[in-house]
Amino acid sequence: MKQKQKQNSELADFVSQFRENRTALVGAAVILLLVLVAIFAPQLAPHNPIKASLGDRLSAPSEKYPLGTDHLGRCVLSRLLYGARISLAVGVVVVGVAAAVGVALGIISGFYGGVLDEIIMRLVDAMLAFPSIFLALAIAGTLGPGLGNVMIAIIVVEWTRYARVMRGSILSVKENYYVEAARALGASDFYVVTRHILPNAIAPIIVVATLGMAPVILAATSLSFLGLGVQPPTPEWGMMLNDGRLFMRRAPHLTTFPGVAIMITILAFNLLGDGLRDALDPRARTEKELR
Amino acid sequence: MLNYILKRIILLAPILLLVSLITFSILYIIPGDPAETILTGPGGAADPKAVEEFRVKMGLDRPLHIQYLKWLNNVLHGNFGYSYMTEQPVLDPILPAFRATLKLAVASMILSLLISIPVGIISAIKQYSLIDNLSMTGALLGVSMPNFWQGLLLILLFAVYLGWFPVAGYGENGDFEHLVLPAITLGTSSAAITTRLMRSSMLETIRQDYIQAARAKGLSERVVIGKHALKNALIPVVTVAGLNFGYLLDGSVVVETIFAWPGIGKLMVGSIYMRDYPMIQGCILFVALVYVAVNLVVDILYTFLDPRIRYETKAKAK
Repeated sequence: MKQKQKQNSELADFVSQFRENRTALVGAAVILLLVLVAIFAPQLAPHNPIKASLGDRLSAPSEKYPLGTDHLGRCVLSRLLYGARISLAVGVVVVGVAAAVGVALGIISGFYGGVLDEIIMRLVDAMLAFPSIFLALAIAGTLGPGLGNVMIAIIVVEWTRYARVMRGSILSVKENYYVEAARALGASDFYVVTRHILPNAIAPIIVVATLGMAPVILAATSLSFLGLGVQPPTPEWGMMLNDGRLFMRRAPHLTTFPGVAIMITILAFNLLGDGLRDALDPRARTEKELR
Repeated sequence: MLNYILKRIILLAPILLLVSLITFSILYIIPGDPAETILTGPGGAADPKAVEEFRVKMGLDRPLHIQYLKWLNNVLHGNFGYSYMTEQPVLDPILPAFRATLKLAVASMILSLLISIPVGIISAIKQYSLIDNLSMTGALLGVSMPNFWQGLLLILLFAVYLGWFPVAGYGENGDFEHLVLPAITLGTSSAAITTRLMRSSMLETIRQDYIQAARAKGLSERVVIGKHALKNALIPVVTVAGLNFGYLLDGSVVVETIFAWPGIGKLMVGSIYMRDYPMIQGCILFVALVYVAVNLVVDILYTFLDPRIRYETKAKAK
């Protein structure tokens, strides 16, 4: 009973901390808005995002085309709205898979230790020896253009951060009496990990995953910008910027608006991630109270 | 001290071996047969005889582990392989390209430190002031702004509209004019990260007792901050210098592509378009080796800067 109360108060503490943090709330609100835009893109878009109308090519923002048109006369606003689908989906899927892989390997590493731990951690070190975009670029480039390949490449690079954090949390949770008690009662490894260790080690993973969204989306748009991601005519923000480069002088709106979309998205995830970290990290909290 | 350095180098050996294995396996994630993929042009399927010849010539017909050992042996002798396109050693273009990247990275890092150290200090000692709020907002925007977009905006403003700087290119051996815009692109985004770090490190330092003591001694605020606090607050900034270098290398991929700066990032992107796999391998292996070396140097430097680390490792050794 007492334990339960304490948990409740911890949760309440977290919620109040989080609500106090205005910027994190703004981040969360913007993300919610982006998700809604992605879902309702067909209803919101004034035009078909992939239908070319060469008569209207490279036109400046107007009443008919609020953000102008691109080199094929496609509506930039419609393409941006649909582009939200790609970027958010890539972020969620890549972070989800990378976190799942990293968490699994982190558990094995931290829980069993020994040779497995040594192998997994040396592999993590080796992956971190490469500047991440270079490695992702090499993998995506070798696999060939395509959104799936870009996602695979970023997952390969990203899982390491989750493995490290998970291993660290497991190592600190593992020593608790309740784990020892569960073992003494004859609980299996699987039971101990899923029921006792994981719930107590997952909070940092949530923070890392939220903070991990921005770099993933950034990497995906970068690779698309380089021509490796989504293939035309599917609208994607990075690719739109790359397409617009050639018409910089005539149609500067093509180099501005997609960048704004990327920046708002990244900014929102950064704000939310920073807020979550502050709310969940007791050290940062006390520091704030001291001030 | 020498022991510490030696130990660090020995610990690197298994990691470097894994790095080489990862680099080598890049060639084997090509969908289908490498020789066929490479020789298949826009005109259609490749001539089977040519494919067979190519396979033998490039050693692709040998068993996998033999190929790896041969490749590793070559790498250890300074031969990173031969380009499929030019049939010349891949290091021939990699070395000058890396020199160009290094030039850009150093210029960016200098710019980044010139911005982040003073701004970080002022933000910390005037916490929650207008300057602090402005610079932290700026840093947040800088972190969230993709490099490639910032580069395009700078080109749009300073090259296309104002005409102050060339749109892109390397000029005569990477002269100042051509260096400015790419260096601002990379340098400001790196500064965004470093400024936040400098600020939080300074905030932590000025709350320490020895800073109080220095003040109590009657030292001027200038001396307290400039001499006592700064030295200690800079340590985390130095620690992440290695990471920062990796960040600059990563950024060089898109920035060099946008500005047609003939560095290793652009070489890498070009070799991907050409499907020149040995060149891709050479680029990432070279970059990884440089990155590992830089981090090693930073670690060693760090022990010089912070005697506490030195004593700790000594105590552990005993």
